[in-house]
Amino acid sequence: MPKNFTTGYNIFFAALICVFWSILVSASAVSLKDRQEANKQFDRQRNILFATGLVKADEDISREGMIKKYEEKIRPYVIALKTGEVQKDIQPASFDQRFASSDASLSTKAPDNAAKVARLPNNALVYHVVDGEKVESVVVPVKGMGLWSTMYGYLALDADTTTILGVAFYEHGETPGLGGEISNPKWTAKWVKRKIFNEQFEPVFAVKKGGAGSVAEDPHNVDAITGATLTSNGVTNTIQFWLGESGYGPYLKRFREGGR
Amino acid sequence: MFEHYLNLSIQSIFVENMALAFFLGMCSFLAVSRKVSTSVGLGIAVTFILIVVTPMNNLIYNNLLRQGALAWAHPSLATVDLSFLAFLTFIGTIAAMVQIVEMIIDKFAPALYNALGVFLPLIAVNCAILGASLFMIERNYTATESFVFGLGSGIGWLLAIAGLAAIRERLMYHNIPAGLRGLGITFIITGLMAIAFMTFAGIQL
Amino acid sequence: MAKSKEALFNPVFGENPIAAQVLGICSALAVTTQMIPSTVMCLALIAVTALSNVSVSAVRNFIPPNIRIIVQLTIIASLVIIADQVIKAYAFDVSKQLSVYVGLIITNCIVMGRAEAFAMQEKPWKSFLDGIGNGIGYSLFLIIVSFFRELLGSGKIYGFEVLKLESEGGWYVPNGLMVLAPSAFFIIGLMIWALRTWKPEQVEEN
Repeated sequence: MPKNFTTGYNIFFAALICVFWSILVSASAVSLKDRQEANKQFDRQRNILFATGLVKADEDISREGMIKKYEEKIRPYVIALKTGEVQKDIQPASFDQRFASSDASLSTKAPDNAAKVARLPNNALVYHVVDGEKVESVVVPVKGMGLWSTMYGYLALDADTTTILGVAFYEHGETPGLGGEISNPKWTAKWVKRKIFNEQFEPVFAVKKGGAGSVAEDPHNVDAITGATLTSNGVTNTIQFWLGESGYGPYLKRFREGGR
Repeated sequence: MFEHYLNLSIQSIFVENMALAFFLGMCSFLAVSRKVSTSVGLGIAVTFILIVVTPMNNLIYNNLLRQGALAWAHPSLATVDLSFLAFLTFIGTIAAMVQIVEMIIDKFAPALYNALGVFLPLIAVNCAILGASLFMIERNYTATESFVFGLGSGIGWLLAIAGLAAIRERLMYHNIPAGLRGLGITFIITGLMAIAFMTFAGIQL
Repeated sequence: MAKSKEALFNPVFGENPIAAQVLGICSALAVTTQMIPSTVMCLALIAVTALSNVSVSAVRNFIPPNIRIIVQLTIIASLVIIADQVIKAYAFDVSKQLSVYVGLIITNCIVMGRAEAFAMQEKPWKSFLDGIGNGIGYSLFLIIVSFFRELLGSGKIYGFEVLKLESEGGWYVPNGLMVLAPSAFFIIGLMIWALRTWKPEQVEEN
């Protein structure tokens, strides 16, 4: 053991420590990467299934069962956000919408919006729910600012593109118990069968403070979450933005008119 | 654009206060809040380091670590994702920057060094600094935004610790139940301050 | 053997005044709204403290004194990265709730403090036990805080319903404060009060 530590020894020791730990860290990162990717992918698939209502939140179903159901029922596509055209040459499996939304070459600055979406990706993901060859409904990813955090969710719409089949917010940092209730299946169940668009196909759906009427009387509103006005407003802004003209509006128009 | 930055700074100073809403930098927050003057000193030092380190980590992350960031060096590196190294890189940058800042201040502003010197080594392991860098990534801030965010977080932390120290100075003259003296009452006060800061929630310009 | 036992249990019950444990709690309080993430956080912290103690202790005679802090930091940060990777791979749902707070274990005062104060002097096995002991002592706090916050804030323990919520047809109106940040401070404050009433020798001078 060296008694007096020379500069050379210090550098040697530091290098040794760095090499040793970098091998351990890289080994763990590389060996666990596949598993992490699989987890992320499964998480997306599961939430899309929740949004469509194909799987209920309290349903007892295995991971394999869900993946099988997803592969049977869901078809992902990449579309050009501006025109709504399907981009056949982009593989949906390798398309990372979050990355595309933050990368300057793959996105444009969003117009000022209440959902505080900063950048719009040029291309975006949509999911068709199919029964064999027949397209039954469509799922679009949405994101926007709540009170504290960006909320990410999936919204499932019937073939008329206005009737809500379901919604699932799968990632957010809202206050647990208050705003965090957006991911509570009991609340999202209230969305079902309500309408996104008015007759001119403008997105008018809103989360209404003080409570909305029944689906028949008040189809364009849903009850707000008690004690979470700002999160509720964030949800309204998010939905209205993404289903509007700068969001999925053009694509949904095509979808309605049969250009699937 | 200016409005956006103003909003971000208000958000990080008041609503998302590092100490009171995210529990960051608690160790020194509780240990060094006995006197207002030392608290303010520490707060300024933290703010200073945050302003330097947060944008710097932002640049390092976006140009070296994040998926595809190395594409500028060689196209074949476009799929490399080094983001798992973020923790290690950030803590290294922080430790190194604290040292460098310490030396620079010592050389060029001895008066400032005398005031802040004792606090600087403490800062390397202050969770508020590392926390700011990690939040900055999670929220995808740009370099300018991270500067504003760092500044705001620092000021917010400074306000919180100075406020707590002022209250604790007054507490000297109060008859607190024996078991609650010192740390116990400090926690309760911090809780009350956190509630006070929560009233800023939702403020936007 | 008696010495090893001491290294393990002293930090949990005796020796360390409550103040030291509480200061270490630091950022981890943010994950205490529910018990499951708190438990995962505790396990990660125990593992990191124990392993960093062992690693530092193993090289303690070779570390040049003037770079020892950065060497300790490197070891701790590497271990935290590994812990983070493991959590992301095997407990994905929890990792989403823990978000940045796993990374903040790096700056946790206990990990660094034990490496510097204990592992630099002692043999690896003893340091390992000391790390486990300190990790457990700290975990105890987190678990107690999260127990109260989850029970009173959402009527559940480990996600199982204990108090049926009024909104779901039961009788319990959840205490909204418990899910917000300030409640953690209150609970810790009250815990300190209770503990010091029980053990008056830990009372601080004003």
